[in-house]
Amino acid sequence: MSRPYVLPACSLRFVPVWRRNFLVWQKLAIPSILGNFADPLIYMLGLGYGLGRLLPEIDGMPYIVFLAAGTVCFSTMNAATFEALYSAFSRMHVQRTWEAIMNAPVTLDDVALAELLWAVTKSFLSGLAILIVAWALGLVASPLALWILAVIPLIGLAFAGLALAITALARGYDFFMYYFTLVVTPMAMLCGVFFPTEQLPPALQALSAVLPLTHATQLVRPLLLGTVPDDVLVHVAVLLAYAAVGFYAAVVLFRRRLLK
Amino acid sequence: MEKLISPLPRAAARSVATHRPVLAVAQLHKSYTIAGERQEVVRGVSFSVEPGECYGLLGPNGAGKTTTLRLCLGLTDPDAGAITLRDLPVPRSAREARRRVGVVPQMDNLDPDFTVTENLLVYGRYYGLTDAFIRARIPQLLEFAGLGSRADARIQTLSGGMKRRLTLARALVNDPEVIFMDEPTTGLDPQARHLIWDRLKTLLAEGRTILLTTHFMDEAERLCSRLAILDTGRIIAEGSPRQLIERHIEPQVVEVFGDGVTSWAQAHGHRLARRMERTGETVFCYAADASGLLRSLETQPGLRYLHRHANLEDVFLKLTGRELRDS
Repeated sequence: MSRPYVLPACSLRFVPVWRRNFLVWQKLAIPSILGNFADPLIYMLGLGYGLGRLLPEIDGMPYIVFLAAGTVCFSTMNAATFEALYSAFSRMHVQRTWEAIMNAPVTLDDVALAELLWAVTKSFLSGLAILIVAWALGLVASPLALWILAVIPLIGLAFAGLALAITALARGYDFFMYYFTLVVTPMAMLCGVFFPTEQLPPALQALSAVLPLTHATQLVRPLLLGTVPDDVLVHVAVLLAYAAVGFYAAVVLFRRRLLK
Repeated sequence: MEKLISPLPRAAARSVATHRPVLAVAQLHKSYTIAGERQEVVRGVSFSVEPGECYGLLGPNGAGKTTTLRLCLGLTDPDAGAITLRDLPVPRSAREARRRVGVVPQMDNLDPDFTVTENLLVYGRYYGLTDAFIRARIPQLLEFAGLGSRADARIQTLSGGMKRRLTLARALVNDPEVIFMDEPTTGLDPQARHLIWDRLKTLLAEGRTILLTTHFMDEAERLCSRLAILDTGRIIAEGSPRQLIERHIEPQVVEVFGDGVTSWAQAHGHRLARRMERTGETVFCYAADASGLLRSLETQPGLRYLHRHANLEDVFLKLTGRELRDS
């Protein structure tokens, strides 16, 4: 590709690629859905009730409510990241599925868009599962929480975009450990998932303020409590900006890697 | 949504009528930076493929065959040169051009998560075909590939030959006018290769066009109406297999080996053969008439020999040399 920096030119040809991934998921749907529920449920009940007993209310809410909001964001981030790293890498590099697809009238830009939206889909199922669990445990205050269903795909977009860019650079699965250790795990600690960001030293608070997961928790937590979040447009814009920059970088890097 | 009905589609029929090539490539250049060094892997390649023919690209490893195929499909941009595929400019309209092109890649990339049938269904969707259309077509495709009884088999349970046949069937899901095949029989046993060749002949008889890369000379000789020999990014010879043999090589070959081959070659071979080449312990003698060579060899009990007609492999080795290509 002689001009790898032009903006992605995507078309509806991404749909059959998305459907391909969906068909694979359908074959493993039941264990996958059980995993969506079981994993975070164990976390939430364990930490929420175990740790929650020891803690006073946080920001005026029981710890398990605080944690439920964080877990929606954390699980969505993890699901989008895993899918766009490991699964996308398998399809791109190990199975050469993309190569087969690009021999058909589907471009790399379409494939990348399909992978982005598929990772968003998977992350949506994850976030939705937590929300259902939170609702079943009586942690959802009002129908305002339904807006979380609109926030989850934004979180998914931001993290799927970033992860795809990492995938485009990866030479093997080991590479992804760096991303988890250096980006994902610190993010979980810095962005108000398990404890309020006010607990952090000022320097880390400043860092936290620009991380995408912080903007996710600042949208989801008030919605779960039944209040309208502050600065909605800022949070939405930050998440979309991460998604756009990540996806653009991913497409440029994929082109340089695969269309040379 | 396109509907594919006849095996010989209208676009191909028009090409036949006007004798326009299905694929025309002119002065193609492509360079890569490998280990910090700029290397030109395709250096001014020009050729054209006529409707209904099987055109072969022959060359040792690293000759630029696969890169040329990728350029023709619009999967990478040339540094210079022009490509027209199905009357469409590539890479600009590559996506549209690929709608009626089938591709059999060098490495199997069947979808391991799916059964045989699902592989065809999912692949057909990439061409924008409806599920109903693809499902109606799948039995024919499976029969063609000899996989009728394996419709619901998982990919992992197929043999190498079956996978290759399924890859071929997958390349036909969109009823292509032209099929690109990158070393279609590499790694297959003789039975499996013959079956693939038989299917390719059927496709040619249906009026489809094939562009094939290979380094098997017998494959090229058997299938290709015309072929180009590629070496280090250039076409060094082009023509039908028979033309290439007539043009570049003496018609008779005697391969000589055994104790004393060196002294025999110096004493008699040089005189009796028009040309000689040596690889390891074997001396290849080329001649218009081998009777002198054979009479001389009959008097040499220590030597063994094989007398045969010249073939494409002799042409290939003469033009590209006998040294190993490890790239």
